[in-house]
Amino acid sequence: METKEMRAVYCDTLIELAQADDRIMVVEADLMRASGTMAFKQMFPERAVDVGVAEANLVGVSAGLSAAGKIPFAATFGCFASRRVFDQFFISANYAKLNVKLVGTDPGISAAFNGGTHMPFEDIGLMRMIPGLYIIEPSDPVSLKALVKACAAHQGCTYMRLHRKAVPALYEAGESFTLGKGKVLGDGRDVTIIALGAIMVGEAIKARELLKQEGLDAAVIDMHTVKPLDEELVLSYAKKTGCIVTAENHQTAGGLGSAVANLLSQTHPTPMAMVGIHDEFGQVGTQSWLAEHYRLTAQEITRKALALVQSARRNA
Amino acid sequence: MLTSQQLRQLSDFAKEIRKKTLYTIGNLGVGHIGGALSIADLLALLYGKVMRVDPANPHWEDRDLLVLSKGHAGPALYATLALKGFFPLAELDTLNQGGTNLPSHCDRTKTAGIDMTTGSLGQGLSAACGLAYAGKIDKKDRYVYAVIGDGESQEGQNWEAAFFAAHYKLAHLIAFTDYNKMQIDGLTDDIMSLGDIEMKWKSFGWFTQRVDGHDLAAMDAAIQKAKEQSDKPSMIILDTIKGKGASFCENKVTNHNMNFDLQTAKAAIAELG
Repeated sequence: METKEMRAVYCDTLIELAQADDRIMVVEADLMRASGTMAFKQMFPERAVDVGVAEANLVGVSAGLSAAGKIPFAATFGCFASRRVFDQFFISANYAKLNVKLVGTDPGISAAFNGGTHMPFEDIGLMRMIPGLYIIEPSDPVSLKALVKACAAHQGCTYMRLHRKAVPALYEAGESFTLGKGKVLGDGRDVTIIALGAIMVGEAIKARELLKQEGLDAAVIDMHTVKPLDEELVLSYAKKTGCIVTAENHQTAGGLGSAVANLLSQTHPTPMAMVGIHDEFGQVGTQSWLAEHYRLTAQEITRKALALVQSARRNA
Repeated sequence: MLTSQQLRQLSDFAKEIRKKTLYTIGNLGVGHIGGALSIADLLALLYGKVMRVDPANPHWEDRDLLVLSKGHAGPALYATLALKGFFPLAELDTLNQGGTNLPSHCDRTKTAGIDMTTGSLGQGLSAACGLAYAGKIDKKDRYVYAVIGDGESQEGQNWEAAFFAAHYKLAHLIAFTDYNKMQIDGLTDDIMSLGDIEMKWKSFGWFTQRVDGHDLAAMDAAIQKAKEQSDKPSMIILDTIKGKGASFCENKVTNHNMNFDLQTAKAAIAELG
């Protein structure tokens, strides 16, 4: 079981990339200690740029570095990386067709004690509206490492949600990941749980066990890339299981739930339920208290999946 | 120092930029004429003498770079680039037409010779900082030039970039403020005064100068002095006249984005001689 903090995995991966490619840079806005990139700065002092508390400039400088051929990984808390710099990221990076890797740390309830001001439940929704942008949220250290590398290799802007704390490994070391291709973590016949991120994919796996006790066979998909959505995989499991539950540490409006619904409503209307935030702001609390409060739990996934399957069977 | 021959050539180049800009916008019927004409002399100097560029190889890695942060002045830069041979002059007539390579605001993905996409005011100087920082760590000798508007100076992001360029000693970043004293809603002094704008940049740690933005020799001397700096970015405040050179719009507060027809443009072109 992996106990290394996710941010340490993030930094180590960037160091590994930077050793092989001198275009890789780190850009931060006075949060290197939080993002865990101080070790990168020690190894590559000139390639680690701290802009101070100035997020608009964080993105603008990154755009300029990219225009000069660099591959900047710019990180700050997800609330700032999305809401605060939306126009800078939209125009100077994406519209300009540059190659900025924006990272929003502390997604959703993982912001915990920083509370409502720092708790992004809407960053994916904002980012989904940027044409061509890749949006990624790794679920464990193994996928994080692989997906940071995939982002570096991708020509174009990316937005990654980075859970900073340690989470258990869900994959064997060396597992391969492709941007835009979800991972089936468990097959099933009755319902599919499509989950996102370092909190909800783990909860989805637990829910699968709970559903088994209820006599239901659930499939679990780690949809690490929200955009471009793995449409083929979603469609095949919608057809195979007939019911879909999405689970995300984000507002269902604008997030994974609406991305999946947007696809299925137009191609293969499928009964769905969504676990996530429902039109609420964040607040302070421990992560576990917040998970219970906002019902981002295996129990809630299980409850919604059971109700969905029962309703679908009644209507069949 | 400019020789009298250089001065004459650059002065002629500036006049041609004004003529092409007037024609291009007049042909369309509407455009940002005021702030385009106010920087025509600067563009003539930069592309006629100062900047190391190659029209045949617009992506040349060691070229000097320009970020026109006041991206709405694009038509003046398009005229400059077309006159330099970056693309055919005839293309100027496509300004703002569907599918054009010449959109109202500068777009690095569409136009040969445009180094950065701009238009959302306040963002260009940050990008120029990134370009200059990359040049510094890659030990390139190229310069990055940036032009911001006076109204644009009211955007807070400029001042984040001001901190950055001074902190990282970006001596190869040379920026200009097109201080034409006007913005959309009126005189900058009435809308949001810039106060002592030179002192503001100076206090952020920049090497500052203030010159007449229509005096080619003075601007050239200022750029040379800026290049002598080894540890400070430069801000050159250009005192300019919005709409300079076209009497129908010169120094008129309504000239920011103005309707005028080809006949008006032709009369203004004739005036320029």
